[in-house]
Amino acid sequence: MRNLGWTILLAFGAMLSLLAAGFAQDVLFQTHAWVIFFALALATIYMLRKVDFAGTAAPVDKSGYFDDPIRAGVILTTFWGVVGFLVGVVVALQLAFPQLNIEPYLNFGRLRPLHTSAVIFAFGGTALITSSFYVVQRTTSARLISDGLAQFVFWGYQLFILMAATGYVLGITQGREYAEPEWYVDIWITIVWVGYLILFLGTLFKRKEPHIYVANWFYLAFIFTIAMLHVVNNLAMPVSPFSIKSYSAFAGVQDALTQWWYGHNAVGFFLTAGFLGMMYYFMPKQAERPVYSYRLSIIHFWSLIFMYIWAGPHHLHYTALPDWAQTLGMVFSVMLWMPSWGGMINGLMTLSGAWDKLRTDPIIRMMVIAVAFYGMSTFEGPMMSIKAVNGLSHYTDWTIGHVHSGALGWVGMISFGMVYFLVPRLWGRERLYSLRMVNWHFWLATLGIVVYAAVMWVSGITQGLMWREYDAEGFLVYSFAETVAALKPYYILRAVGGAMYLVGGFVMAYNVYMTIKGKTRNEKPIAVAHVASAQPAE
Amino acid sequence: MSKKEIDEISGVETTGHEWDGIKELNTPMPRWWLWTFYGTIVWAVIYCILYPAIPLINGATPGILGYSSRGELAKNVAAAEEAKAEFVTQIEGMEVGAVLENSELTRFAVAGGESAYKVYCSQCHGAGASGAEGYPNLNDDEWLWGGSIDQIYHTIAHGVRYEADDETRFGEMPAYGEFWERDQINATANYVASLSGLEHDEAYLDEGKTLFEENCAACHGENAGGIAELGAPDLSNAIWLYGGSVEAIAAQIRDPQHGAMPAWQERLGDATVKQLAVYVHSLGGGQ
Repeated sequence: MRNLGWTILLAFGAMLSLLAAGFAQDVLFQTHAWVIFFALALATIYMLRKVDFAGTAAPVDKSGYFDDPIRAGVILTTFWGVVGFLVGVVVALQLAFPQLNIEPYLNFGRLRPLHTSAVIFAFGGTALITSSFYVVQRTTSARLISDGLAQFVFWGYQLFILMAATGYVLGITQGREYAEPEWYVDIWITIVWVGYLILFLGTLFKRKEPHIYVANWFYLAFIFTIAMLHVVNNLAMPVSPFSIKSYSAFAGVQDALTQWWYGHNAVGFFLTAGFLGMMYYFMPKQAERPVYSYRLSIIHFWSLIFMYIWAGPHHLHYTALPDWAQTLGMVFSVMLWMPSWGGMINGLMTLSGAWDKLRTDPIIRMMVIAVAFYGMSTFEGPMMSIKAVNGLSHYTDWTIGHVHSGALGWVGMISFGMVYFLVPRLWGRERLYSLRMVNWHFWLATLGIVVYAAVMWVSGITQGLMWREYDAEGFLVYSFAETVAALKPYYILRAVGGAMYLVGGFVMAYNVYMTIKGKTRNEKPIAVAHVASAQPAE
Repeated sequence: MSKKEIDEISGVETTGHEWDGIKELNTPMPRWWLWTFYGTIVWAVIYCILYPAIPLINGATPGILGYSSRGELAKNVAAAEEAKAEFVTQIEGMEVGAVLENSELTRFAVAGGESAYKVYCSQCHGAGASGAEGYPNLNDDEWLWGGSIDQIYHTIAHGVRYEADDETRFGEMPAYGEFWERDQINATANYVASLSGLEHDEAYLDEGKTLFEENCAACHGENAGGIAELGAPDLSNAIWLYGGSVEAIAAQIRDPQHGAMPAWQERLGDATVKQLAVYVHSLGGGQ
């Protein structure tokens, strides 16, 4: 009776949601419970149709790798990417043209967390879970310890995304950056995450290789640390088991510091360590070259892990946070520069001996630009954490530009590379539908990021300088509204950069779809080396 | 499985590990990388000696430079105040009208007033002080409460219809909708509209004129030129706070909207209010 257990669990979950809707003490909790009920009810019906009541199905062959959730993950990574970029373009346009704010569900205040979470947790998180399932199996030569647990982790995470996204639009938030979902969503993701940790550690434990590959160190650091950060930052007391509202365990400056300890390490362990794990597998695979330096990977791994966790206070320079904590946040951020660059060096230098592939392989091109943006952002970050620089950059669009060169440049590009690498392999296709479309995606995305980042530098520095501009008599020159008005052209250009990136996302989605369908596009191969024939001098 | 070999392209030995075809070279760490890393660590240690850094039981190490961000802020604020002190003290000690007689002080006051205006006033009166519906334009020479420097100063200092201030400007037109018929309101509105040449219905003029003289002229003046002491606006020019049309005027007669402004004296201090008065006076309409 395969699948019966899961079907019963899903039905039980649906029933609990229904009960929650019935006992709800506020309208938002009730609405949210209904949303979850319908999601679980649909999943129950889907699973019910797959239950093998007759018991006639052939037993599952467990000799190979377990790739079902990975296939779903590649599709959903692409889907969430496009959704996240689309909402990003919408919020960018809302800033440029405020009349695009549609009250109350689709105003900037609700769509902004929808955008950040869609990109970080839906797109990035699905990419990380998917790629970690793939990488840990290949580099340990072992199947995931449990098919059921793997499916639970993968789909449980998708349920979390659904709960978070609908919550934002409904206006349910605890007001913590990157940790907006309320207490019940936090509890759910904690359960899923513990399952993830067990699954990953268990698979490492029964590995058939003598050593643990570096990619897995990074994935494990990511899974483990995110669990700790998430639990501590979201400690809260709900006002009732049937209400959305909860009160944080922290208050005042302690609350702010806990939040940014979490927030900064969401960047450090989710968007940096996790994606370095991805880079360490897919880059050498695609380049077909050995990793540049094992020693570098050890040192930069441990120094990165040790130092990142201390850098959070740099988000609170010149605030009520005590000076000593600001100092430590700043010096750890600066010391983090080289440990971060270790990953860039190992990525780029792995290509030595394979640089010619840049000309013919747009997937390698994507990975290289990802690592280049990684290097750029991890230089920019320590620089911005220096108090004198921060005094100008903090609260301005410069920060937004910095985040996006990391998210679009590094996280986005390396994930695209992962998707393009995996799709033909997972569906047993000879090659992608179109390499030329990958090339189009590469250029659209790269130009989009360059426009975005350059515009935000100009806008952020303009903003910072206008805020602090004094006249000869010692009076502030600009009102806040004047600084906003001055930024309008940049806000429009930012939307243009974002739109290019979004179009690239659509190109990828089409390419992935056609590849899965088993089509190949009849196209000229990408330029094989043109060696200009040397003209002998007369 | 564990077999070290020399990579042909780089000439470097591998570690002998292999995962899914991935091997690792045993390249030493790049020296520039390592030394830069050490450099940042040394810098961090030095910085921590110079600045507050290590938390102890009763506070943190203060650092040998004696820096604190609060101290730094206090120093900067003191320096900025010191630079302005000479002019500010002078302005505080004189009547606001006297400021206008000293060109150096006027220049200072206009700059200070503009800066304060942008922070506290532009939200309602607009960045260019041109106002909006319900918020007077400060560039023209129409003044509800008078456009002399002293009158402007008083209005800013004590606000308009701001009940917490005893000296606030207060004027309130009755809501004629409570005791007039629709026709009477309409007639008066048409008459008022005719005074500034707005589109109106001639048929109402006689009745409207009579009603105006009996009811409105006491505050708005015989020829509707307004009386600043009462805050009664001039109705004979083409400047309208709540819209220039018979309908809009009728609406104001029926159930008038009354704007309000906070009193700024207590919040911003006398010197800043005087600077604001000088700035607003300088915008073009000052009398």
